[in-house]
Amino acid sequence: MSQTVENMLDNPVCKLALADGTVVTGSAVGFRGETGGELCFNTSMTGYQEIFSDPSYHGQIMMMTYPHIGNYGTADEDMEASRPMVSGVVVRSFSHRFSNQHRTVSLDDFMKGHKLVGISGVDTRALVLHIREKGVMNAVISSVDLDDASLIEKAKNWPSMDGLELASRVSVTEAYDFATGNGARIAVYDFGVKQNILRSFKSKGCSVRVFNSATALDTVLKWNPDGIFFSNGPGDPRAMPGTIATVKAAMETGIPLFGICLGHQLLALAAGLEVYKMFVGHRGANHPVQNLVSGKVEVSTQNHGFAVDKESLHDEIGEISHINLNDATLEGIRFKTCPAFSVQYHPEASPGPHDSHYLFDEFMQDIEKIRGVKSTYVVPDEMIYAAR
Amino acid sequence: MPKRTDIKKILLIGSGPIIIGQACEFDYSGSQAARSLRAEGYYVILVNSNPATIMTDPVTADKIFLQELTPDSIKRIVESERPDAVLPTMGGQTALNLANILHEEGYWEKMGVEVIGVDIDAINITEDRQKFRNLMETIGIDQARSRVAKSLLEAKEITQELGGLPIVIRPSFTMGGSGGGIVWAPDQFDKKVMRGLELSPVHEVLIEECLVGWKEYELELLRDQADNVIIICSIENLDPMGVHTGDSVTVAPVQTLTDKQYQKMRDAAILMMRSIGTFAGGCNVQFAVDPKSGRMIAIEINPRVSRSSALASKATGYPIAKVASKLAVGYTLDELKNDVTGSTSACFEPALDYVVTKIPRFNFEKFEGVDEELTTQMKAVGEVMAIGRTFPESLQKAWQSLENGYAGLGADRDESPRYEIRDRLKKSYWDRTLQIRNAFKFGASVEELADITKVDPWFLNQIQDIVAIEEAIRTRSLQQMDYGFMRQVKQNGFSDIQIAYLVQDNVTEDEVRAYRKGLGLIPSFQLVDTCAGEFPARTPYFYSTYESSTESHVSDKKKVVILGSGPNRIGQGIEFDYSCVHGVLAAKEMGYEAIMINCNPETVSTDFDVADKLYFEPVFWERVNDILEHEKPEGVIVQLGGQTALKLARDFEKNGIKIIGTQFANMDMAEDRSQFSDILKELKIPYPPYGAARSVREAIDRAEEIGYPLLVRPSYVLGGQGMRIAINKEEVEKYVNQIWKLMPDNVILLDLFLEDGIELDVDAICDGDEVWVAGIMQHIEPAGVHSGDSTAVLPPYSLSEEIQQTVREYMNSIGKRLDVLGLVNVQMVIKNNLVYVIEANPRASRTVPFVAKATGVPISNIATKVMLGAKLEEFRQRGELESTLVGFAVKEPVFSWDKFPEVRKELGPEMKSTGEAIAFIADFKDEHFRKPFEMRNLYLSR
Repeated sequence: MSQTVENMLDNPVCKLALADGTVVTGSAVGFRGETGGELCFNTSMTGYQEIFSDPSYHGQIMMMTYPHIGNYGTADEDMEASRPMVSGVVVRSFSHRFSNQHRTVSLDDFMKGHKLVGISGVDTRALVLHIREKGVMNAVISSVDLDDASLIEKAKNWPSMDGLELASRVSVTEAYDFATGNGARIAVYDFGVKQNILRSFKSKGCSVRVFNSATALDTVLKWNPDGIFFSNGPGDPRAMPGTIATVKAAMETGIPLFGICLGHQLLALAAGLEVYKMFVGHRGANHPVQNLVSGKVEVSTQNHGFAVDKESLHDEIGEISHINLNDATLEGIRFKTCPAFSVQYHPEASPGPHDSHYLFDEFMQDIEKIRGVKSTYVVPDEMIYAAR
Repeated sequence: MPKRTDIKKILLIGSGPIIIGQACEFDYSGSQAARSLRAEGYYVILVNSNPATIMTDPVTADKIFLQELTPDSIKRIVESERPDAVLPTMGGQTALNLANILHEEGYWEKMGVEVIGVDIDAINITEDRQKFRNLMETIGIDQARSRVAKSLLEAKEITQELGGLPIVIRPSFTMGGSGGGIVWAPDQFDKKVMRGLELSPVHEVLIEECLVGWKEYELELLRDQADNVIIICSIENLDPMGVHTGDSVTVAPVQTLTDKQYQKMRDAAILMMRSIGTFAGGCNVQFAVDPKSGRMIAIEINPRVSRSSALASKATGYPIAKVASKLAVGYTLDELKNDVTGSTSACFEPALDYVVTKIPRFNFEKFEGVDEELTTQMKAVGEVMAIGRTFPESLQKAWQSLENGYAGLGADRDESPRYEIRDRLKKSYWDRTLQIRNAFKFGASVEELADITKVDPWFLNQIQDIVAIEEAIRTRSLQQMDYGFMRQVKQNGFSDIQIAYLVQDNVTEDEVRAYRKGLGLIPSFQLVDTCAGEFPARTPYFYSTYESSTESHVSDKKKVVILGSGPNRIGQGIEFDYSCVHGVLAAKEMGYEAIMINCNPETVSTDFDVADKLYFEPVFWERVNDILEHEKPEGVIVQLGGQTALKLARDFEKNGIKIIGTQFANMDMAEDRSQFSDILKELKIPYPPYGAARSVREAIDRAEEIGYPLLVRPSYVLGGQGMRIAINKEEVEKYVNQIWKLMPDNVILLDLFLEDGIELDVDAICDGDEVWVAGIMQHIEPAGVHSGDSTAVLPPYSLSEEIQQTVREYMNSIGKRLDVLGLVNVQMVIKNNLVYVIEANPRASRTVPFVAKATGVPISNIATKVMLGAKLEEFRQRGELESTLVGFAVKEPVFSWDKFPEVRKELGPEMKSTGEAIAFIADFKDEHFRKPFEMRNLYLSR
């Protein structure tokens, strides 16, 4: 019979141990070895490769709640960074074989190639309910050490995400031009920017230069940007005082600013707002976010474990532009002290719905109003039907 | 925006009798809509001609009109009731068409009635292929490519342009599309194109690219008046394009699209919905994707709730009809809460952490000469849905739900020979997934099967994995299956019966069960929560799987399990679901926790708002037993769910599980012809001479003794399945063999046929002390036409009081002798003023909802309470047994002959109707009586 099934019935044992002593047994998928990180889950039913390569997940173990993962293989176009960013993968039923006419690499081979460790055959739902109750915690996956006590110890000793600065680890080392267009010049502070954010700017006809997260503002200003973008990224924004100072300085330049996720939290911190670590976090592609200006609801992609405290936002600083309809957490701010806005969620989607793509247009409008720069562009194929 | 206060009275139009393509999913959506509008304080007026519906119950609407669905009848209601608005999107195409006709007459406008939930213009666009095409072109949605050819040469050029054969040719302006069709091979091309060109009055043919074999998808959308749109569910058809989606095996959510492909489809669906109007409500959009290029094109859009939206509601836990009706009266999605979590917003897209598989149910055996190939014309009469953690588990559970004798995806009997499997795979048939499994068993490759069937290789891989596990079981004895292996097997949906068949030693299902329980392997019950566990949920909606922890917590209340009736089929349809729902409601009223087990996604009984606890599970012994062992209810109600539940009664009896209501021994007594005849003899009740046979020889001997014509039929069936009238011994032999082909080892029953007799259907309730006759129905057609296919009149139209008295006396003595507790239905024939008893069924019958609607007495509710200990006298005291009927009520059978043009229309002892309507008449001049009366002998056959 097929090799796949041999794997299913008789495959190498692998274990997942949580810091609270929970241990589950499954089978090894992808690279054989050991890994650790904060165990979090994502409820998207498609887009596993985008999720695994999202730099915001740097160092986290990603558990997919949808049971079948790997169904359509992998492709370069689905990468959100040059390599996978999660530290490990947990799934219920791994598709060793895949089906897609245009793809040649299975998820298993992809993971092996990138030395990404995974475990399959795990009751992911039980673990999700466990985390929902106990909060996120660290975990270790291993197919080399199968001793429960040893694994639990390793999970306990795994460095906590709390108070950890991680952006510098995934930021580009040297500035580079992602795109050269006829329109606005967008400087991107790269804290782990998703490729689709850069593609979205490119699709608006922008020139896009990506800068290292620690770049001095002066260096960026020398490039003469029409807009500055603060990207998404991993880690605790409160552990980035230097960056917060840079953002604060940028807010005084009068240049239009836009922040997504970590970038949003940095803008908030720079404006004096509070950021806190959430009990579970939002990770999925089905969260309803209401735009309080238009009243319209966007189904959004979310990936954050920290959030801005909405009580700390005062009228003179800015106003809440977006709110989460599930738990009423703050999802977006329109600042009053400078031409800046930011959102906690991911308008670039990938994976997820395109409902919030208009935010890129709003940034272009800000730039046009303030800088007088207009861009002409062609809608990329995947966006041709995007509802407006 | 909050709900509208400028409208107060809303008219809801139902979908009428059940026909193929429009079944009880509209009772589910309609009753959900009516309930939720009522809860919002609106006055709901409901019209439907189908008595076997929950929506036409007083519990559902403020004012109910049980009458035919015609423009005139709607007008009469509008004139007397003066509604402010009409909601036509809950009653299928029937309701939409009626709304459209009255719109075109300008009637709604004239009467000041606002159409809510849809734009009437949207209906026109979606129903008219050309208008739809033009609109899609305007908004830039890709469609099947085509071009008009005026010559053979041009046709050849276009074909080349479209990428070669196969192509579809459609001659312009021919009636009924004659001369059109698919060209598969080059040698047919010239001939077919020339014929098309000749047939077309303008000598033009449209050459269109052929989508057969493309992947097919459906999205279910909801939109509010603020133009927020959400996708509730994505569905992937396992059967590719070419098979009607109602006849296809479908899976939710989509399995083989990348996120980029899926989001593009989502964008297109939203754009399409917005393009057909600005209404607030539900919508279904279908797409095809070329597996080679990935190109996606739009197929159709339906601006209403549908079969798929019922499925999507059950698959996700999101109550589409309920929310759609709230959107129709002005709410926006952000104002509504997700019922399932109770805390989060209704404006979101459900995330699943399980897989749902739907398999349609067919009744081809009912129609001699029927073409079983599945095409774009729907032929299924019902469907099952199964939830599993993985696709293999849900597929096997779906097969266990079908109730056609399978214990899963094969692996419970010898396979058909190789050549038969190969033949069967060449075309689309209902059992394709099973034949794919069989082919793998014989060593076929994924590539080969993908090439033949065009089923996506991902699904084939999964089925091949199931077969590999099967093979691994075959190499072991039961004792050699350790915990880890057995767990994998059970997680892949294998039933204990399959395991018993596959292991090397000779073991029974019970032994497998005992062994795996010894290993500690019992199922876990997981919650359907719309959010993949992200938020706590409170809806008691569960499915079984083999995971590490159970989420269904057993309460300490006294509880009762009500078994549902499984997939709809001819002879066992919505009528039984009606009784089940009332059983649930009655049990709740009696202070019980009512637990429902059923697998039919179209029904009201599987609405998680109905029972205290819903297990969406196969009504299959192992699965039911697992639930019973988990819940430990006081007992099980089996007499409401038709033959499905009844078939399990013997197992309950054997396992010491209490049956609430009539006991198994008594049910068996009624079913066992010889025991029952002895009882009739003892009670001095006449019955036609009969015989039972286990061989052809015996059957002929009995037949010769009884005399002709006689009825030949199998035992333990519903809807007269396999029943025929034989006039000589050759026919007896032929029919007996036919029965055994379908039901081997069945005991054949033979009864003298009382030619030209008057047939009666009698429903009664017995509480142990007394028998109360709820209704006597006299058939218009002569005996020999199945009661389900007959026009029945209540009360009898030509029976003397004396005869009716005899009927009541017989009911009384039979009910008491059989120790009936609950419902009993008896069929009688009157010939030469003598009342013969043909059969007795101590269970809810098909006519229960009709009698309830005709008399206004809630029979199922009373019967359930009686089963749980109430006495008929209590109801009588409260006046609840009083009939409100004035004049006569007529039950009219409705058929779906048009779906099977190759089948001859004839009526006999085997039931063929798919639905029924009710009509209230004052006298016999009414055409509802006159017409069937004049035609009563026309279609009688064998």
